[in-house]
Amino acid sequence: MTDLPTAPATPAEAAVPRRRPGVRVRVSGTDRVLLFLMVAIPLVMVVLWVWLPAIASVALSFARWTGVGGLDTIEWIGTENYKNVFTNYPPFAPALRHNVIWLVFLFVLPTLFGILLAVLLDRELRGTRFYQTAMFLPVVLSLALIGFIWQLMYSRDQGLLNAVLGTQIDWYGDSNVNLWAVLVAASWKHAGYIMLLYLAGLKGVDPTLREAAAVDGASQVRTFFSVVLPVMRPINIIVIVVTVIESLRAFDIVWVINKGTNGLELISTLVTSNVVGEASRIGFGSALATIMLVISLVFITIFLSTVMREGRR
Amino acid sequence: MSRPRSESEYLARLIPPSVAAAGLSRRGFLKGTLGAGAAVSLSSLLAACGGGDDDGGGGGGSASQEVTFGSNQSDAVPKKAYADMVAASGLTVKTNVVEHEVFQENINNYLQGNPDDVFTWFAGYRMQFFAAQGLAGDISDVWGGISGMSEALKKASTGEDGKQYFVPLTTYPWGIFYRKSVWEEKGYQPPKTLDELVTLAKQMQKDGLIPIAFADKDGWPAMGTFDQLNLRINGYQFHVDLMAGKEAWDSPQVKKVFDTWRGLLPYDQEDALGREWQEAAQSLLKKESGMYLLGMFVGQQFPKGKEQEDLDFFAFPEIDPAIGTGAIEAPIDGFMMRAEPKNEAGAKELLKYLGTAKAEDIAAKADPTSIGASSEADAASYTGLQKKAVEFIGSAESIAQFLDRDTRPDFASTVMLPGLQTFIKNPNDVDGLTKSLESQKKSIFTS
Repeated sequence: MTDLPTAPATPAEAAVPRRRPGVRVRVSGTDRVLLFLMVAIPLVMVVLWVWLPAIASVALSFARWTGVGGLDTIEWIGTENYKNVFTNYPPFAPALRHNVIWLVFLFVLPTLFGILLAVLLDRELRGTRFYQTAMFLPVVLSLALIGFIWQLMYSRDQGLLNAVLGTQIDWYGDSNVNLWAVLVAASWKHAGYIMLLYLAGLKGVDPTLREAAAVDGASQVRTFFSVVLPVMRPINIIVIVVTVIESLRAFDIVWVINKGTNGLELISTLVTSNVVGEASRIGFGSALATIMLVISLVFITIFLSTVMREGRR
Repeated sequence: MSRPRSESEYLARLIPPSVAAAGLSRRGFLKGTLGAGAAVSLSSLLAACGGGDDDGGGGGGSASQEVTFGSNQSDAVPKKAYADMVAASGLTVKTNVVEHEVFQENINNYLQGNPDDVFTWFAGYRMQFFAAQGLAGDISDVWGGISGMSEALKKASTGEDGKQYFVPLTTYPWGIFYRKSVWEEKGYQPPKTLDELVTLAKQMQKDGLIPIAFADKDGWPAMGTFDQLNLRINGYQFHVDLMAGKEAWDSPQVKKVFDTWRGLLPYDQEDALGREWQEAAQSLLKKESGMYLLGMFVGQQFPKGKEQEDLDFFAFPEIDPAIGTGAIEAPIDGFMMRAEPKNEAGAKELLKYLGTAKAEDIAAKADPTSIGASSEADAASYTGLQKKAVEFIGSAESIAQFLDRDTRPDFASTVMLPGLQTFIKNPNDVDGLTKSLESQKKSIFTS
């Protein structure tokens, strides 16, 4: 992902630099076949596994179907699924709210914390490698595993947290606190990820810029915000995108805890519990999935337009 | 939403869920990520599978040829018990074991693809649903050769069209479980009425016990409490009609169930939504709580032998004398045959065998918290708890399955499960809750 903003627009341009307009470039037969395959195979895969399912899912969101029987058993019911999602499905409103909270929280706490860690570690403290490894370790674990690890902290009767604090709080079960408890666990992972991205970015910043700023008498804080951060613009965009993606695809940690019920509803878990299972509400679940797709599209559009503007400059 | 049915099945659950369900959660996770793509990747698969690979179907075969058997008993002990059970049939059976949860989650795909001739499943609406879709084979003629099954069992094995589609193997009752030693020591007596239950609960609180252990993290155990109250307040027929979508969820009858439940909540173990039933059962085992309303599988938390023998239960007490306590819940597990099996003769031969006491004895021995469904099962080798269960089920006037087995699966999991959790969180808004349940029911039961 790191090379996205600077990647050439098309493979053909990269392969044939500075060609004059109107002059046909000779491409040998094998190259032609190879080029065709290189375009065709990913194209077929994307169409088959991304576009077709997505479009069919949007179509199915206007239908009622149990998923049993042939396609002729699909009953088209217009926008009724959407009406039901918005007016007749109590878990939807909390799910939407939780997704927004998830997004904001990931931006505020772990992202800023990750940046802070990166800046500190960039100063070549003693044992910096040890800290780096320690902070990065959770990133390697799956969110599902993180949910389980934190269960040991949060367990009401046997958990570390209650034992230390002397409280009786049901961290995962009390719907007033469980979302925050889960967010802390998710942040534990996310902060390490952001730290790594920024650390890589900081290492790439030309040291002469800092020296110049120091010579001009800028304080360290000023140097960071006025010189280093603007230089790291590509990294900043990646961090924003990564955070948005992480918050939209948040799923496995809550699924492991309680399948996204009781205060941990997310749109992704609602999609799953409606579509996957014994007698599925394919149409209704598709409507939820389509809503999620629309939300994602907003962010994808913003991201793509930023990247393209970046590329043109 | 399945309950572990044996010790080893429970033990398997102690493995971190993330490890046990690595494949599952990753797949689910992908579906969540893809969002829109998810719904269809499944359904297009279905459509693709539905058409093909049916060429083997359609009668034929003979008892001596190979029969395929799809089992959801994936844990070591029941897996071996089932293997022993099937081996004792004398038929050539090829068993295909699928991880328990995965089997249930994929049943739609499984049945529309290329299922095994005979497969494990549950009685009640959960069975009728697939029979009505034409995904299960009519085995009425097998029932002609099965003896020892009561009329109630036959009814539970019958589809909406009056034909049989299911052969029962084991069953277990729901009731209020307690430790005999604790009750003897404190001088408690099983309550006969709701008032006596409340009085007893108050006494237990005085004695420093949690009166009623309770856990609903997984969402289904609370359905058991709802069912018990509903059966006592409104009776069996109302339960059946309510589950079938014929009665209104915002009716005064249902409101009365919730109102009565609210009266019992102060005696329930607190913070139930963060607790799994195993933990609640542990509190009963450790003598921290006095009783526990659950299925007999609660005994899987008790070490075999002395501790398990200390476990006893009674029927949920009477609430309305006109209704009485004749209706109980005892979910039945058993087998079905696919539509157009590859080896129909062999499949029916296997099902006939699975309906015998011989097969049930092997299963009930492996899991002493269930009993063989047939009256011919060898009760002499049963534990005390099993014997009590036989008597309890035998004397019942009517037997319900369970909320998530008696109604549409989509209604149970996407409406009732969050609905009951909402009630436990906020028991005061019964009007709002029942209105929402009814309106959601209408949106689901239209198809």
